[in-house]
Amino acid sequence: MVKNIKAEVKNLTFSYDKAAPRPVLNSVSLPVFENSVTALIGPSGCGKSTLLRCFNRMHDLYGAVKYEGKIILQPSGFDILSNEVDPLEVRMKVGMVFQKPNPFPKSIYENVAYGLRIRGIKKKSYIDDKVEDSLKKAGLWREVNDRLKASASALSGGQQQRLCIARALATEPELLLLDEPTSALDPISTAHIEELVGELKKAVTILMVTHNLHQAGRASDFTAFMYLGDLIEFGESSQVFTNPKEEKTENYITGRFG
Amino acid sequence: MKYKLKRQLTEKLIELLLFLAAASSVLITFFIVYTLVTEAFPFFKEVGLRDFLFETEWTPLFENAKYGIAALVSGTLLTTTIALCVALPFGVITAVFLSEYASARVREFTKPLLELLAAVPTVVYGYFAMLLVTPFLQKIFPDLSGFNALSAGLVMGIMIVPYVSSLSEDAMRAVPLSLREGSLALGASKFQTSFRVVIPSAFSGIASAFVLAISRAVGETMVVAIAAGLEPKFGFNPFGPTETLTAYIVQVSQGDLPQGSVGYRTIYVCGIVLLLFTLTFNIIGQTIRHRMEKKVK
Ligand SMILES: Nc1ncnc2c1ncn2[C@@H]1O[C@H](COP(=O)(O)OP(=O)(O)OP(=O)(O)O)[C@@H](O)[C@H]1O
Ligand SMILES: [Mg+2]
Repeated sequence: MVKNIKAEVKNLTFSYDKAAPRPVLNSVSLPVFENSVTALIGPSGCGKSTLLRCFNRMHDLYGAVKYEGKIILQPSGFDILSNEVDPLEVRMKVGMVFQKPNPFPKSIYENVAYGLRIRGIKKKSYIDDKVEDSLKKAGLWREVNDRLKASASALSGGQQQRLCIARALATEPELLLLDEPTSALDPISTAHIEELVGELKKAVTILMVTHNLHQAGRASDFTAFMYLGDLIEFGESSQVFTNPKEEKTENYITGRFG
Repeated sequence: MKYKLKRQLTEKLIELLLFLAAASSVLITFFIVYTLVTEAFPFFKEVGLRDFLFETEWTPLFENAKYGIAALVSGTLLTTTIALCVALPFGVITAVFLSEYASARVREFTKPLLELLAAVPTVVYGYFAMLLVTPFLQKIFPDLSGFNALSAGLVMGIMIVPYVSSLSEDAMRAVPLSLREGSLALGASKFQTSFRVVIPSAFSGIASAFVLAISRAVGETMVVAIAAGLEPKFGFNPFGPTETLTAYIVQVSQGDLPQGSVGYRTIYVCGIVLLLFTLTFNIIGQTIRHRMEKKVK
């Protein structure tokens, strides 16, 4: 199966601190294929979250960081890391879901509508449709359609995380970033989200950090293995997990370190 | 054995002392309320409740005395409202700046300055209002009287800003970073995040700040006594003189009213009305907070 590239990381070197002797990401290059799930795996501290947060310029919020290289969004050829690009514009195109569910202290409806409202959309019928559509995509509609005005904090952890996914979907991002989206959830909610990720990729390209190798094996099409800021291996998940090319990858997935 | 007994005794003694210390403030509060009520009670034997509530003039020391509390209440509400119109928006905006925009260095520099604003004696604010703000405002509003509710209210508002900003800032800084990131990751600007996520999340703290501000404004005495004119007037004209409950109390307690006279009792009556005011606002504030906390939780 030949897939289109949705985003392409080209020689990305990144440091949190300009003076740091060693960059946190070291000339990473990686394709992200359209309508597929790409998993980022690797031992703690290897730079998975750092790489993910380059995709929506989250680092820019916390002072002077240093990007070198490019992340090109296709088909527009838009360079996410370019100095001329406004990070807000990037975040309008690239959605993100965090490790811990972080619904706003608003109603379920307003949580999903938030991204539309900040874009200045006011038309109620449009927002209504989008809220319903996003909740359906996130597999939450049936559970909440009778209490959209209720507070989001009354939902369970797993429901809150699906709400956060719905919130990110409402603005139709080109790319969806998930940073360990199930690490704060129980096994049933986790299975639910994994299933959902499999469904969602039909509509949006997904890049997901995970610590759970089974999850990466089950839920992803491609896997990238990182180690100490280097991208060690990238390939189809079936290949990376059954027949890794690199020794480090093999050691990691067989549990010999990490 | 003897040692153990001694230790138990000291423990008991300490416990008793602590209890007395805690009980004393409650007792004092009760005592104040008791005095207010007993001293004020005879007033209502001489002045009907009807006149008290529906009369619009307050002239207890005149020959033809009138006891319409509405005059003082409207004065209090007027200056309080003007003060809040300044203190609430400026306080919240200052808090947003300090918590969301300012760098650590700017914050370290600004906060002590703000606290200084709260440390200035209120009598200084009173003269500031009368001698500087009023003449300045008279250039804009030529009809403004020399004593007026407007400048007293405005200056009182400035005085209360630090109370609002400090509590609100604490509440905003307690909002988890993850909520801000959630908003920013959706493409929201810092401004949108501050006003649509941070402020609503900090609402219960901001509401307490508002309640404190209202209590401060209702209870403030010096500024209004100096700059607003000590002329009880029913109505809500910010450009004219007025008198508040507190200002009336200082005004008459300085004269020598015969103990037990109706005029003397008005002091206690005003005290009760003031107490009811602050109590009401506190209860409203508590209710809002509880409701919001339930919602956020
Ligand atoms: N804000 C920051 N400032 C400076 N250094 C940071 C910052 N965040 C992370 N780092 C460093 O960057 C490196 C990569 O961190 P990162 O959070 O990307 O790892 P990770 O692979 O996501 O780890 P985990 O699996 O534990 O989440 C680590 O050495 C970490 O100490
Ligand atoms: Mg991480």
